[in-house]
Amino acid sequence: MTTTAQRIAVSCRGVTKTFGEGENAVHALRGVDLEVLLGQMTMLVGPSGCGKTTLISVIAGILNRSAGECTVLGEDTSSLPDRQRAAWRGRNVGFVFQALNLVPTLTAAENVAIPLLILGVDYKSALQRAAVMLERVGLGGRIKSLPAQLSGGQQQRIAIARALVHEPRLLVCDEPTSALDHETGHKVMQLLREVASREDRALIVVTHDSRIFSFADRIAHMDDGHVERIETPSRA
Amino acid sequence: MIRIALRMLVGDRLKYLGLVAGLAFATLLITQQGSIFAGFTRRSGSWIRDTAQADLWIMDPQVEFTEDRKAMLDSALLKVRGVEGIEWAVPLYKSYVQARLQDGTRVVVRMIGLDDATLTGGPPIMEEGSLELLKQDRAILVDARDVDDGLRLRRGMDDEGPRELRVGDRIDLNEHETVVVGTFRRTREFFWDPVVYTTYTRALRMAPPERKSLGYVLARVKSGHDPREVARRVEETTRLRADTSEDYENRSMDFILAKTGILPNFGITIALGFVIGVLISGQLLYNFILENQRAFAAMKAMGASNMLLLRMVFAQVLFAAFIGFGIGVGVTAVVGLLLHDSKLAFHMAWQVPVFGGIAILVCCLIAAAISIRRVMRLEPAVVFKG
Repeated sequence: MTTTAQRIAVSCRGVTKTFGEGENAVHALRGVDLEVLLGQMTMLVGPSGCGKTTLISVIAGILNRSAGECTVLGEDTSSLPDRQRAAWRGRNVGFVFQALNLVPTLTAAENVAIPLLILGVDYKSALQRAAVMLERVGLGGRIKSLPAQLSGGQQQRIAIARALVHEPRLLVCDEPTSALDHETGHKVMQLLREVASREDRALIVVTHDSRIFSFADRIAHMDDGHVERIETPSRA
Repeated sequence: MIRIALRMLVGDRLKYLGLVAGLAFATLLITQQGSIFAGFTRRSGSWIRDTAQADLWIMDPQVEFTEDRKAMLDSALLKVRGVEGIEWAVPLYKSYVQARLQDGTRVVVRMIGLDDATLTGGPPIMEEGSLELLKQDRAILVDARDVDDGLRLRRGMDDEGPRELRVGDRIDLNEHETVVVGTFRRTREFFWDPVVYTTYTRALRMAPPERKSLGYVLARVKSGHDPREVARRVEETTRLRADTSEDYENRSMDFILAKTGILPNFGITIALGFVIGVLISGQLLYNFILENQRAFAAMKAMGASNMLLLRMVFAQVLFAAFIGFGIGVGVTAVVGLLLHDSKLAFHMAWQVPVFGGIAILVCCLIAAAISIRRVMRLEPAVVFKG
């Protein structure tokens, strides 16, 4: 039987992050306490500027915290040198960015293959695995399409496939439905639940979109650099 | 990731073509001007190379280049013949003289007088007639290129209009009548005045009277002797200058380069090509990086190290440099080939593409260095900004 302690993917205690110094200092995080469990989708919600993006940047090992403790998949990434931290991210974290950040001149398969290529997988194998992943997100017939030839929803699927192709244990999604209409956004969240949810993987979704709250296992409400409360929505 | 980097570069057609075109243009400027410069410098030694029978050129110590006439006493020939290691030595006359064509056209020509017995030092290729015809009375040979150019009968005869000079026509050299008995082909020279060949004694008869008249002594070194060592002995014995053909060619070239200023003139154009290359490639590459900075930042977030991104940018730059250089140097070579027989002094020595390649590589590395700073400083957190 798995205990809660064994299922903790992210554990943050009193995490602060301050940008700048002196009078110009901006306190983006003011002592965040948060636990994210494996096998769950945790949503970070709250008004603009409340620190959601800063928190996922700290969790994903992109930003160093100013103070506090944060362990992600058993590793305190702030203690790692830059190069090792980048390698850790490459192995363990998948990203779905709000702006997608697909490379417009690369095909869908090449975009999806990027995390594998960064890990050193050879080009041919990476493209084969990317094609399998695209098949799983329903874009098996569009592996050679350029992003501009696809709809917004299809581009979002490519971004999800890219985030998952290297089998990360932590998936970080920043506003994955903000640029999509209600129906497409709903489909994307369904896809995330179907394709990304796994017992050994944690999902963190940053969103403003209350229409997708029902997909979450836990919702962390943030305001002014704190996690105000955590709720567990009742799912139909 | 290198393949991805190249796909990113080539996929942005407009920028890629702009970058390649810019580098090709810079290469064209650098290698074409470099080849013309090499052509001009090479032409300064054409006459020496064409006079291939001699190992040594013996002349007055103050002679600086091929057209610099500082004559010696005729006794110099005998002194040279007496030096150990000399197999044979012959006199050579060279001087500018006034020429008057049959129709009254007046030109200045370079008259070269060859040893009467051996005709050593003659033109490399005969086109019409033979070198032996110089032994006929009043005979001269003219350059086949000059007959319709520098020696063209521009004024025209009474019964016909202007025409080219022909074998059989008469030319007065310094008021002495001569007859054209043949034409020859020689390598184009840096200097442009028409060249006529005659015998040494006839040249002396036609030239203005001077106490010293011997322009050069051409000498062959006995086999087994080092030409430079023999040259040193000639200088010691005669107090004259003795150069190997190679040394005399280099000395003439250095003098012409120093006096004409063609080195800085061509250097400026070549430098402009370099600057244009840096500006165009730097600007386009910087824009390319700027437009792709979110993609690079995303890759950083996804685990790409700075070193990997550096390798990607360098791969893009080197690929563009390789293609641009290839096109540029190819166009230069084709232009050179098409204008092979024209007056254009074009000589693509191996140093030209090597120098051009290094220049373009440096161009691109400067451009890359400017752009790479931006990639290195990218914060991966920017990818979370919408």
